[in-house]
Amino acid sequence: MTDRKDNAKLKGIRHRSIERVLIIISTIFAAVMLVLPLGYVIVQSFSKGAAFYLSAITTENVISALQLSLFAAGIALLVNTFFGIMAGILLTRYSFRGKQVLGALIDIPFSVSPVIAGLSYIMLFGRTGWLSPVVDDLNSLTGLGVKIVFALPGVVLATIFVTFPFISREIIPVLNAAGTDEEEAAGLMGAGAFTVFRRITLPHMKWALLYGMILCTARALGEFGAVNALSRTRGETFTLPLEVDALYLSGSADSIVAAFAVSSILVLMAMLLLVLKTFTEYHMNKTGRS
Amino acid sequence: MFVELQDINKSFGNVKASQGVSFGIEKGKLSALLGPSGSGKTTVLRMIAGLETADEGEIRIDGKRVNELEPRERGIGFVFQNYALFRYMNVYENIAFGLKVQKMSREEVKNRVEELLSLVELKGLEKRFPNELSGGQRQRVAFARALAPEPSVLLLDEPFAAIDAKVRGELRRWLRDMIHRVGITSIFVTHDQDEAVEVADGIIVMDKGRIEQTGTPGEIYRTPKTAFVAGFIGEPVIIKDFGRLKGFSAEGYDHAVIRPEFVEAFKSDNAHFKKILPFAEKGVIKDIVFRGNTYAVKLDVGGMELVCHRSLERRPIEIGEQMNVIVYRLFAVKGNDIELMKNGNLGDDSSDQLEKYLYGDSGYFVG
Ligand SMILES: Nc1ncnc2c1ncn2[C@@H]1O[C@H](COP(=O)(O)OP(=O)(O)OP(=O)(O)O)[C@@H](O)[C@H]1O
Ligand SMILES: [Mg+2]
Repeated sequence: MTDRKDNAKLKGIRHRSIERVLIIISTIFAAVMLVLPLGYVIVQSFSKGAAFYLSAITTENVISALQLSLFAAGIALLVNTFFGIMAGILLTRYSFRGKQVLGALIDIPFSVSPVIAGLSYIMLFGRTGWLSPVVDDLNSLTGLGVKIVFALPGVVLATIFVTFPFISREIIPVLNAAGTDEEEAAGLMGAGAFTVFRRITLPHMKWALLYGMILCTARALGEFGAVNALSRTRGETFTLPLEVDALYLSGSADSIVAAFAVSSILVLMAMLLLVLKTFTEYHMNKTGRS
Repeated sequence: MFVELQDINKSFGNVKASQGVSFGIEKGKLSALLGPSGSGKTTVLRMIAGLETADEGEIRIDGKRVNELEPRERGIGFVFQNYALFRYMNVYENIAFGLKVQKMSREEVKNRVEELLSLVELKGLEKRFPNELSGGQRQRVAFARALAPEPSVLLLDEPFAAIDAKVRGELRRWLRDMIHRVGITSIFVTHDQDEAVEVADGIIVMDKGRIEQTGTPGEIYRTPKTAFVAGFIGEPVIIKDFGRLKGFSAEGYDHAVIRPEFVEAFKSDNAHFKKILPFAEKGVIKDIVFRGNTYAVKLDVGGMELVCHRSLERRPIEIGEQMNVIVYRLFAVKGNDIELMKNGNLGDDSSDQLEKYLYGDSGYFVG
């Protein structure tokens, strides 16, 4: 088979010469636009030696930013996994009025600039916002003094917002393709809704779900715009990207290298997620074929 | 009646999938729900199973109204059109699923699965996954899985549709024997009349969401009751101006349905047909299709296209040859009603004495 394919003239848009040109262009593009900058970050971060690198990534501000980044990403992952699965099942297994509208609403974070999301949260929860009375009431009721804007909850909310569609968008096509027959068959044999979900639905969407969770985490860790709008205090409400930005903007030669060093943490995490993503992609394709 | 539907209506938006559907099925019988694509067969099956809710009407199983029961409370086994085997479970787990959710003990599950595996002759394939099975094997797993929780009714949606034409016949007989052996009341959906006739004890013919006729395969075949059934069963040919045929009057009728077995074509020198030669039409052979045990002969009779079957034992014929064609009888259609109309020239008893014209004294075709 492969022999024949190699020798045969490729049809339509598929020509040998086109293939070569496309490969060259894509590789150059990927190298210049994607790999080179990331490589530059790593190289630059060590430009003042390993000792400088270590001290740069262990400052109080960086540790706090790393913790907040992981915390916000973790919460966003939990919340979005839960709501993503719910939305996925709702949109593929039920029909109701306004289904199309709901499906479109879920995609809002894809089309709205994150900065606008951040600003809208400021307006919503800020002193004159629609929801600020609700927050005040809740605070007086529970005796807590929870502050949303320019505080940790705001950062988490913004992160959840920008990563909201990732999981449902990954699992919806898989759930649609899997169809409802197996679930109905299981139900007819006496399985309850949760058993059907656990034994039939979940195995179907397992890899897509994992894939969506990885994308969600990657996006959450990298988010800048929305969090930037809702965050003001370095060392308290700054995530890693914000910390990198702050270091870079402070302009001294040392702090610029430090910015690169902190960036390298993000690059490393991205690499890790990339490996995981490739692994799940491989499994998704494998199960998709059978 | 073990399974009974009474005045069932069901709409999807403005599509009326079921309109006044009523029928009953006796305990232990295997019935076919036969109809063209989109006639509402699957919908009826899904309503019985509880996978779809009837808008109006009552569904009873064993005398008990089940409309309000959850699917899993109805005691129904369902074989889906594409089998819907659990693709992430192997054969054993597939069959065991319905037993495990009933909290049966591990030992009992094992015994029951093994019993079913030997029933459907799949021993040794326990560890296989659905994508590692042939179509026929998948069907048998689906069958065993549906039977595992000992349902009182078995519903099968086009159980043979996904199977190779070659092995379909064999599987039909297998499934029929198996269902009779288990003795479970069953309904299967099909749009293939041969399948319905061959497999079922009783047939329910559906069209456009309505029941057209119910009866045994013989009744449905021999005495269609509506224009739709006459035009659907057998190998019907519709003839508009059948009054041009000698011995028939089309006055007051819309058209006629003529089956191949109602038509005879013979050569002028055929002694057996001498008596009816004056009543015959002239027809030219347009096409001859070899059917294995017979030829299907397409004839042009004064612009009307008729089809008859011809035994291989008879004298050879060829395309373009002129034949004498006689139509013994036909179904005359008026609105939705039909009437069996006999050739007036042959006398009242012509259809009873059909054999006289078809066979020689030896009992074989001679002409
Ligand atoms: N879930 C649904 N939503 C909307 N319309 C439906 C739905 N299910 C069935 N219908 C419509 O109801 C009618 C009957 O469909 P049904 O599937 O029962 O037909 P069928 O006889 O099983 O056809 P086939 O032989 O093609 O399977 C069709 O017009 C179909 O389009
Ligand atoms: Mg159907």
